[in-house]
Amino acid sequence: MEQAPPDPERRLQPAPLEPLGHPDAGLEAVVGEEVEGARDEGSGDGTMTENNFWLKKIEISVSEAEKRTGRNAMNMQETYTAYLIETRSVEHIDGQSVLTDSLWRRYSEFELLRNYLLVYYPHVVVPPLPEKRAEFVWHKLSADNMDPDFVERRRIGLENFLLRVASHPILCRDKIFYLFLTQEGNWKETVNETGFQLKADSRLKALNATFRVKNPDKRFTELKHYSDELQSVISHLLRVRARVADRLYGVYKVHGNYGRVFSEWSAIEKEMGDGLQSAGHHMDVYASSIDDILEDEEHYADQLKEYLFYAEALRAVCRKHELMQYDLEMAAQDLASKKQQCEELATGTVRTFSLKGMTTKLFGQETPEQREARIKVLEEQINEGEQQLKSKNLEGREFVKNAWADIERFKEQKNRDLKEALISYAVMQISMCKKGIQVWTNAKECFSKM
Amino acid sequence: MGTLGRARLAAAAGQARTLGMDGERRASQALSSGLPEGGAGGESPGDGGPVPGSSGSSALLQAEVLDLDEDEDDLEVFSKDASLMDMNSFSPMMPTSPLSMINQVKFEDEPDLKDLFITVDEPESHVTTVETFITYRIITKTSRGEFDSSEFEVRRRYQDFLWLKGKLEDAHPTLIIPPLPEKFIVKGMVERFNDDFIETRRKALQKFLNRIADHPTLTFNEDFKVFLTAQTWELSSHKKQGPGLLSRMGQTVRAVAWSMRGVKSRPEEFMEMNNFIEMFSQKINLIDKISQRIYKEEREYFDEMKEYGPVHILWSATEEDLVDTLKSVASCVDKCCKATEKRMSGLSEALLPVVHEYVLYSEILMGVMKRRDQIQAELDSKVEALTSKKADTDLLTEEIGKLEDKVECANNALKADWERWKQNMQNDIKSAFTDMAEENIHYYEQCLATWESFLTSQTDLPLEEASEDKP
Repeated sequence: MEQAPPDPERRLQPAPLEPLGHPDAGLEAVVGEEVEGARDEGSGDGTMTENNFWLKKIEISVSEAEKRTGRNAMNMQETYTAYLIETRSVEHIDGQSVLTDSLWRRYSEFELLRNYLLVYYPHVVVPPLPEKRAEFVWHKLSADNMDPDFVERRRIGLENFLLRVASHPILCRDKIFYLFLTQEGNWKETVNETGFQLKADSRLKALNATFRVKNPDKRFTELKHYSDELQSVISHLLRVRARVADRLYGVYKVHGNYGRVFSEWSAIEKEMGDGLQSAGHHMDVYASSIDDILEDEEHYADQLKEYLFYAEALRAVCRKHELMQYDLEMAAQDLASKKQQCEELATGTVRTFSLKGMTTKLFGQETPEQREARIKVLEEQINEGEQQLKSKNLEGREFVKNAWADIERFKEQKNRDLKEALISYAVMQISMCKKGIQVWTNAKECFSKM
Repeated sequence: MGTLGRARLAAAAGQARTLGMDGERRASQALSSGLPEGGAGGESPGDGGPVPGSSGSSALLQAEVLDLDEDEDDLEVFSKDASLMDMNSFSPMMPTSPLSMINQVKFEDEPDLKDLFITVDEPESHVTTVETFITYRIITKTSRGEFDSSEFEVRRRYQDFLWLKGKLEDAHPTLIIPPLPEKFIVKGMVERFNDDFIETRRKALQKFLNRIADHPTLTFNEDFKVFLTAQTWELSSHKKQGPGLLSRMGQTVRAVAWSMRGVKSRPEEFMEMNNFIEMFSQKINLIDKISQRIYKEEREYFDEMKEYGPVHILWSATEEDLVDTLKSVASCVDKCCKATEKRMSGLSEALLPVVHEYVLYSEILMGVMKRRDQIQAELDSKVEALTSKKADTDLLTEEIGKLEDKVECANNALKADWERWKQNMQNDIKSAFTDMAEENIHYYEQCLATWESFLTSQTDLPLEEASEDKP
């Protein structure tokens, strides 16, 4: 961030690694007024309370999906799906909403936005995108990205992503996010100009830090462990659910065969005919009812999947902490060694091995002037080092504080959402049972009239 | 059961029985003299009074029958006085109208009039040097006079059941003899003596015997009585009597030759019957397949569901704030799992055996049709011989006369039994499917209750907590 040119328009863009204690009353106001109703699967009524870009409440929706063909970077023709994002501002007085912006984006642009947010807000648990490819499919669902059901579920997932970002107290104020919703053309260039890709921590560096860090904050270690378990258990659950759905589909659909046979049989039966025929009809109804039931369940699965992907977002925050902590530890280590060197030079005792010391021994003592010069350099370095260590320490503590605040926020959100999801699952089961009771009661009546 | 009603059907059966044997000539004499106005296949109303001329000619028949039958047991039956004879005799005089059959059915529906109760249980394995086989214990309880005792206990093996069925078919070629469970099950069978197989067979064997007991004619069959009451060695010696293997083979050869002919001259009503049987057979086989498939799918669903609950328990270990909710979900899933298991067992007890029995019945019906056609073909061939050869006209005419009676009796027997069978089939199918629907309703009701209680527990609690938290 040190290299970023000052940009007046982005004054509210919190710089990464900079403490967030902005003397900005507006930010606090936003944080204080936690948004309600952030998640709504229906029409997507997410509202953002005041921030510096919008003074009114806004609604975001990903309302349509469209198949398109175009030319990709290698000038080859490709087919992709574009999604229409509509932003409406809601008048306080009469609740009417006015369409303020509408543009089309494809999945890769959402990915770009998210990657940018990950780099610039490493202390935030950044909401995940819906899956790139369909996973945990059961036999009926197509794993094809172009399949209309998949596209529809992805549309809802993308809308959900935008709503989550818009209702996040920090992320909602990001300029790039604002432009994502409002500036169709040139947005990609704008993002790339931020140079965020360069600022991203290399994977290798992060991996190295993870292995070598000595004193990470215990809470992050626990959090990492938790996110691994969350990922594992939700994956398992989704796999089992998919298999159960598959089997349930089989049970329902086979009953449909009764419908056909009963109807054929009723043709030869004089007394039983009517009863058989109408019973057969109910069997058909039963068999076809499973389609809607499983579609609803698919939405439930999507809710769980979101938290499966959130696990990765949690791990990203932990990794950043480890990186910073490792960086700090390395800096401290370096400073300590330099101090020691300095001391040795000053007192003339050689306790640590140094090449200079060695060569001096072999080729003769250095002159007092040379020694003085070296001490001077070291003292400067030590000074610098102490400054850096101080600021790194500060950064590190700020990071931990802010990250943990967001993690607490995330935890509460997760508990709310998962509980709601489980309740909605129960509601779905209840509805399925009621339908079943009705169909079989009707069928029973027909059978008893035979 | 009305004594006369029973007698009429017995008569019809009796005709078929006695005429099937060698003494055709003598029995037919009694017949031709004693037939009432309405004719054997006639629609005489189901009146309460005895058919005229029955007593006299039955006495005649009695003599005939005594000569014909070699079995001691049968003698006992026919030596009873007239009043009892009505119940037990095979008087061929009684007309068999469909209407009287309906009365039959009504009586059968009243369980308090049932006087023969049979159970099959306790399968036991027997090992000899030659073979291994299973015997079943058969307990018969009865209040009937012709049985020496009121309770009998015997052991029988599958072979014995086969023997009984064969005897019944011989005695009543155009009656619908209940099906026996199959000898072997072709697919999915590892071992002949696996527990499920034995249990299924036991139930089917019990059904078989009870169906015979409930059949107005078959219930009085002598071989049936022997089967139920004789000790093992007695049964063996009884089996050795009766028409030899050679005469049987002779019949079979004739049967094959004639079966084709019979089809051509089949009366309209039997054409209809045949069409129904073909269609029914097709449909019931499909229903059997579908039902088996449903069972399989439900089983697989159950297997997957067993894993579903525990995953939630696993999850609850990492989520301290959602422990209760997750554990509740797990318990709901487990309850639904148990409900599914119950539904499955209901299906396998109520629906599958019934449907399967009727699959077997459809084969039996086709066999009965064939035999009827054979009997008809016999007649037709003689008629043809008469018109073409003109040799031994008198002899042929006499034979034709007998055969005509035989055909008429066979047809009547079948028609009556057909109506009875159809009625039973409708009731059984209706009952089986109604039970299946009931099982499903119960299953969904259980699951509904489980999830609803989960919902109330989840949505009430927060309110409680909220009110507690507020200062």
